[in-house]
Amino acid sequence: MHTTFDLEDRGLQYIGASRIEGPLVVVERVRDVGYDETVEILDPTGRPRIGRVLDISEKQAVVQVLEGTTGLSNKALRTRFLGESFCLPVSRHMLGRVFDGLGRPADDGPPPLSAEKRDVNGMPINPYARRYPREFIQTGLSAIDGMNALVRGQKLPIFSGNGLPHDRVSAQIMRQARLLDEEVEFSMVFAAMGVKHDVAEFFIRNFRESGALARAVMFFSLADSPSVERLLTPRVALTLAEHLAFDCGQHVLVLLTDMTNYCESLREVGTARGEIPGRKGYPGYLYSDLASIYERAGRIEGSPGSITQMAILTMPADDISHPVPDLTGYITEGQIVLDRELFQRGVYPPIAGLPSLSRLMKDGVGKGYTREDHPTLASQLFACYAYVKKVRGLADVIGEEELSTLDKQYLKFGEAFEMRFLNQGEFENRSIETTLELGWDVLSTLPKDELHRVSDALLKKYYREKAEGQACVAPPFGSATR
Amino acid sequence: MTVASRTTESMATRISGPIVTASGMHAAQMYEVVQVGSLGLVGEVVRLVGDHATIQVYEDTTMIKPGAPILCTGAPLSVWLGPGLVGNIYDGIQRPLPGIQAHSGAWIRRGEKVAPLDTEKLWAFEPVVEPGEVIAEGHVIGKVEETPLVDHLIMVPPGLSGTIRTVAGKGKYRITDTVAVVETPEGPRDVAMYQQWPVRVPRPIRQRLRITEPLITGQRIIDTFFPIGKGGAAAIPGGFGTGKTITQHQLAKWSDADIIVFIGCGERGNEMTEVLREFPELKDPRSGRPLMERTILIANTSNMPVAAREVSIYTGITLAEYYRDMGKSVAVFADSTSRWAEALRELAARLEEMPAEEGFPASLPTRLAQFYERGGAVTTLAGERASVSIVGAVSPPGGDFSEPVTQHTRRFIRCFWALDTELANARHYPSIHWLHSYSEYVEDVGLWWKKEAADWVELRTEALTLLQREERLQQIVQLVGPDVLPDVQRLILFIAEIMKDGFLAQSAFDENDMYCSPERQISLLRIILTLYHRGRDLIQGGVPLMRIRSLSCVPLIMRAKSAYGNEELGKLGELKQMVMEETEALAKEYIKEGTLLCTPPST
Repeated sequence: MHTTFDLEDRGLQYIGASRIEGPLVVVERVRDVGYDETVEILDPTGRPRIGRVLDISEKQAVVQVLEGTTGLSNKALRTRFLGESFCLPVSRHMLGRVFDGLGRPADDGPPPLSAEKRDVNGMPINPYARRYPREFIQTGLSAIDGMNALVRGQKLPIFSGNGLPHDRVSAQIMRQARLLDEEVEFSMVFAAMGVKHDVAEFFIRNFRESGALARAVMFFSLADSPSVERLLTPRVALTLAEHLAFDCGQHVLVLLTDMTNYCESLREVGTARGEIPGRKGYPGYLYSDLASIYERAGRIEGSPGSITQMAILTMPADDISHPVPDLTGYITEGQIVLDRELFQRGVYPPIAGLPSLSRLMKDGVGKGYTREDHPTLASQLFACYAYVKKVRGLADVIGEEELSTLDKQYLKFGEAFEMRFLNQGEFENRSIETTLELGWDVLSTLPKDELHRVSDALLKKYYREKAEGQACVAPPFGSATR
Repeated sequence: MTVASRTTESMATRISGPIVTASGMHAAQMYEVVQVGSLGLVGEVVRLVGDHATIQVYEDTTMIKPGAPILCTGAPLSVWLGPGLVGNIYDGIQRPLPGIQAHSGAWIRRGEKVAPLDTEKLWAFEPVVEPGEVIAEGHVIGKVEETPLVDHLIMVPPGLSGTIRTVAGKGKYRITDTVAVVETPEGPRDVAMYQQWPVRVPRPIRQRLRITEPLITGQRIIDTFFPIGKGGAAAIPGGFGTGKTITQHQLAKWSDADIIVFIGCGERGNEMTEVLREFPELKDPRSGRPLMERTILIANTSNMPVAAREVSIYTGITLAEYYRDMGKSVAVFADSTSRWAEALRELAARLEEMPAEEGFPASLPTRLAQFYERGGAVTTLAGERASVSIVGAVSPPGGDFSEPVTQHTRRFIRCFWALDTELANARHYPSIHWLHSYSEYVEDVGLWWKKEAADWVELRTEALTLLQREERLQQIVQLVGPDVLPDVQRLILFIAEIMKDGFLAQSAFDENDMYCSPERQISLLRIILTLYHRGRDLIQGGVPLMRIRSLSCVPLIMRAKSAYGNEELGKLGELKQMVMEETEALAKEYIKEGTLLCTPPST
């Protein structure tokens, strides 16, 4: 049998289906249809709906309809197989435009003109051809720059919960992100999966006000769009991002929100196919599937561009061990965790000190990148803050009064760390120097002997000596003003 | 079905993700390699029913159609073994990634076919046998300097014995050239510099041996507290962010094995890039040569096809066995075996197998056992002592060690390095928890250590006991605060703190700290325990803990691990002397005031 395609086959329509179940349609007696081929299903009104082939045998094709099966009937439905997998026309002129979840214009503009078409599944990057990400991106947020620095080409998700300000935080990052030595502006690709209209509106408004809209592309698969469509939205967005980064040489910041919704769509399709469910009903291949999205970030040899990825996901019931954040954390290079308790105490951005982590930070900060003291400072702040958590636990049991003098100092340090270092304004853009100085101010509320991780040379250079010379009774903000 | 009318040629009948069903496969064998479609995608037969075969395809099957031709190769999935493996990086089915890049750029396209070894490169071969010599399987006929660190021995393949009829002279040859002809009962057989071996079959050995020597990793908590023997098997389980990969990288860098095989199985692409970037720059602490000269990398990252991830583990272990057969000690690092188990699960689900625990196939424990049992200390066919040590990372969902992969892995390993989220959150790395980890090799390697330090067992036991007591005391502290404890007990808290910061925590990035020689490990531990012993005596003599805490040697002990290099053992001796002198002075002070009751400390 031939595998090429001719025009006659292209026009071939199959009438009727043997089964329609959830998002799936089973079409019998098809021929010359490939796995993962794109399908157009015409509903009774003649409107085409996009789908793709999930399973193909000599007898039948199982088609997943991306735009829902509402209104389809076994008898009247017509199916056309398009002879290729799902492709997106890509062009740099798509910047400044808004598209739906499948890459069709959702603004008033015309469909983008482009001879370039890309399979949205992409191809795996050869690990040998990757360039290791190491340029520090300054986000202007102390909690990120100081403690969990982001580097160009990294994938760093935000683990959030319902009601937490992840949208504001990510919008602020997108507004402020820049490299230290270059005046390069990021292009932005924004993909929304199953978010509400207000959220989409918030981001559009934010981009418009900051003037970033012209270098942003937005893909919306909103909460009321058919859920299966979301399975393609991040892939569509990343396909364009790859074109902008690796063909056009731009630095692209990709924001995917909300990956929890994406995973739920995946579960929906898995269940409809009668697959054996894994943890919490999610399919066993959730890890591989998420990896095929998250791994599409980075830098490659022979191209100046880069893709930096931030995915937002809301942890159901704030549970970080839920499969979606859990598997994400195993793939991404760290995570920024938002903390409800900090948020309720009015700390913005409420970025949790301990569970947040940037794995690539070690290679993008320090001498030659930010400042020599940066890695040590971050490590010492972490260690001290971890101890603060312990002391707070103890204080809850025996009462603050019973604590030793040193432990009380730690409590004050914790307070200063949260209220002065972590806490900042939504429109406050701190330079990395400001962040580091602030870090030393806060750290100097503790006696010198407690800073085991800092070398003597750095202590001499940056530690704020107390005027009173009495470390033990220093006020919490005693040395802050220098 | 219309198959019958289409003669008996092999063709695909159904495609579902990486699983392809084909008809006309009556001649196919289990685990035979086939090529699917016009692109020739590589696959493996995993089930045979009548003349139908189920094929697991190692590449993306998009747009493969029923009717696509299937080409049987007649051989199981095999790897090439010969000079050129070391320093290379392969995907799960031994395609060289640099070759793929040269061929088609930064992306891995489908149907890529690149030979695993360079067949044009000339290697300097030196024979070690003469014509007329009788030679048995696995014996050496010559050698090649593969890298300055690796003497590659050219061996007669297993199953081949006889008399050497001819052997090539000293000179340069391609790996495919015949370097010897062996006269066997079945007739003359050519021996080239490379051989092929099916990955799912363990390479033969003469016999298994007891483990007696530790694999020195330069990591204090491992070597001193939870050692792994050469030929042993260990697991590193830990939730995300606990530092599994960094710990694995540390071990791959500093272990005193002759060959390192690092299998990146379903993990991040950038991590492999990091290894590729770092290893050529880092120097082996023993030879001073770049680490890449003894390392083989297998990279099947999480976004590469899942079926190839399943096989990457076998590819890696087969390469390890080949170097073991040369009489070398080989260490295999698999990161992560959970991703491998997930690949098994995914493929089993596609094959519609009945699932057991959490959807994993019922064969999971068997498969894990098969993998870990390919390690071990052995006598090779040539009669040499050699070993393959295996360290597998495990990524339990939600950091919960009771899940099937961690639980089953525990049955087949003897060394368990449990990573702890709380330690990682406090940036205490390696976050191996001293109370939840264990090693069954302590007895086996005890003799070796005794030669290094006669008191190793005692030091180790005392330090671990101290840490255990600290844990119990911490529970009390959590309830009532530290102030109510007597000084003797608070001393334990204080020493444990020094032990954690100054000994257990080890920086992977500090030049002096990243590799700690066994001698230095012991010296550091001795200093800390000396302070403990002297402190205990002083407190019994009425010296308050505050005085001991503020001794000027204390901060020096805390920083000793990074202040002095492996060559500066003398400095540690001085530090120990300082501890003795300062505690002595303190004791004298209290004697002078007439409050010291205990006996004066002896040196």
